[in-house]
Amino acid sequence: MAGFGTLAAAAVLLAPLVGSTRIHLGTAFDRSIPYADNIDAQIFFVARLPRVLAAALVGSALAMSGVVFQALLRNPLASPDTLGVSAGAALGAMMAITFNLDFSLLGISAVPLASFAGSLGALAIVYGLSTARRRGTSALVLLLGGVTVQALLSAVIAFVQYLADFTQTFRNVRWLMGSLDVASYSPILAGLVPMAVAWAGFATLPRMLDLISVGSESAAARGVNIERTERIALVSASLATGAAVSLAGPVSFVGIIVPHLVRLFVGADHRLVLPASALFGGAFLIGCDLVARTIIAPLELPVGIVTAIIGGPVFLWLLFRRA
Amino acid sequence: MAPVSTRLRRIAAVVAVATLFVSAHVGRFGTATAAPYGSAAAEDLPRRIISLVPATTEMLFAMGAGDRIAGISNYDRFPPETARLPKVGGLLDPDVERLLSLKPDLVIVYDTQTDLKRQLERAQVPMFPYAHRGLADITETMRALGVRVGAKSAADAAAARVEQQLAAISRRVAGRPRPKTLLVFGRELGALRRVTASGGYGFLHDVLELAGGADVLGDLRKQSVDMSAEMILARAPEVIIELHYGDAVKPENFDAERRVWDALPSVPAVRNKRVYLLDGSEFVVPGPRIVLAADRFARTLHPEVWGR
Repeated sequence: MAGFGTLAAAAVLLAPLVGSTRIHLGTAFDRSIPYADNIDAQIFFVARLPRVLAAALVGSALAMSGVVFQALLRNPLASPDTLGVSAGAALGAMMAITFNLDFSLLGISAVPLASFAGSLGALAIVYGLSTARRRGTSALVLLLGGVTVQALLSAVIAFVQYLADFTQTFRNVRWLMGSLDVASYSPILAGLVPMAVAWAGFATLPRMLDLISVGSESAAARGVNIERTERIALVSASLATGAAVSLAGPVSFVGIIVPHLVRLFVGADHRLVLPASALFGGAFLIGCDLVARTIIAPLELPVGIVTAIIGGPVFLWLLFRRA
Repeated sequence: MAPVSTRLRRIAAVVAVATLFVSAHVGRFGTATAAPYGSAAAEDLPRRIISLVPATTEMLFAMGAGDRIAGISNYDRFPPETARLPKVGGLLDPDVERLLSLKPDLVIVYDTQTDLKRQLERAQVPMFPYAHRGLADITETMRALGVRVGAKSAADAAAARVEQQLAAISRRVAGRPRPKTLLVFGRELGALRRVTASGGYGFLHDVLELAGGADVLGDLRKQSVDMSAEMILARAPEVIIELHYGDAVKPENFDAERRVWDALPSVPAVRNKRVYLLDGSEFVVPGPRIVLAADRFARTLHPEVWGR
């Protein structure tokens, strides 16, 4: 755990120092130069720092949501995308782009706002499905319901895409590749609000998730309020996912693989897996974004490509080395 | 007797179609080789042309062949006469059934529409494949198209006019300092996110350079470049031109969208208030109106030359 903490701290501190441009830290922090004229300071404080913070936030949120969804649905293949929350967020963003929505609220522009609203809409549907469940219904029903919602929303996304013109289609595709280049702090601050709610929810979960992943009957026998726990898990993981996707677009791979990677090191105890995933997810995404913005400098790769290309082989190696 | 004449007619039809095919494919390789086919007899001239490419639609109107257009793409907006013409889809979603029902005798397709080309080939409909490249290709395509539709002299004249007007703009800004310019194709509205800008090739890059600007991404061999905030700061453009078209940004929001750039105050274009939003469909259609686009770039980059 200390190792994961050190890794995350090192990533947050070191990543802003590296980039496609050379900057001098002395100049960046020199207060005698007016900020408006200080390019190094602007590269550090406008371009890099928000980006690293966004990566930390998004990476940890997706990784923790992955852990919770995998436990809740008792399925190792579950991820933040499984129940349609990401698709809802994507639909919101596609609609904002395709219908040229141009408004802002507290410094947040239309696309992330619409995206978060979309994720809430998807959450409402899935939550409705979960409450409609009768007592004793298996997690499989929620899983199937969520996957169906996800497929349905994907079809609506395709329809909205169909309505878009060339430039909008281009922007839609780019949004779907994900980007952490937020270029200001206001989207991060806004994202912190739903994330804080999600963290509060996550904090209550580890012990009960351990019991649930063994089986709901035995968990109930040990006095766990299954329905309440499942709802807290569902809502907090969905809120974290919605906030992450509306901030950065869909970033593949982090939410499904980081939890497994972490389990290879710390075992299955959720009291360790959940915080370790948060730390490692953040560090992993910061690292991937660092590669994305420097490897073909001055051009940049979409970060979602890097997460899969780096994460895939690393995970396979770990998996088969241990097996 | 009757069977023989039918067979003769069939052979004649096949030969005619084959000729059209050859000329269509020759057209792809440029004017010089296509020229001999321009002297086709008047009765062989295409009279029901479908243009799936907005640029070629405008070219046909410019060479006086607009009255022979039977159908256009969903994206055609100019000239106003296009409003009453049937629309048959676009690059990604051509409506083949509707297209064929209009009984075209020439279809202008994107060279990349391979499925459509195969279908038209099977239906024995002649084609003119269009490839989208740089500024010089606009007038070259105009001339080749003129030859193909039997309007050679009008097309040559229209192309020469475009070239003369472009040369005049270029002369007017010659010798002026060339500001480092970032030409933005698109970004998220209300935020400096997902900025895409012109790289070192493509017709808009060419027009920018002709109009007296130095493309700040000119060294990158990419038509469109995804810009991060860091890249914008590091490249430090002296002028930023954002292109918009359609009703994506309402006029009352122009000021607010321009102020989005204030987040990067060290960029010379921001500091010197040289961030411009230009709205117009002439920036997205590489046709004869490219002159208008070049003129607007030149006036934006060198207001002192035009005395304002």
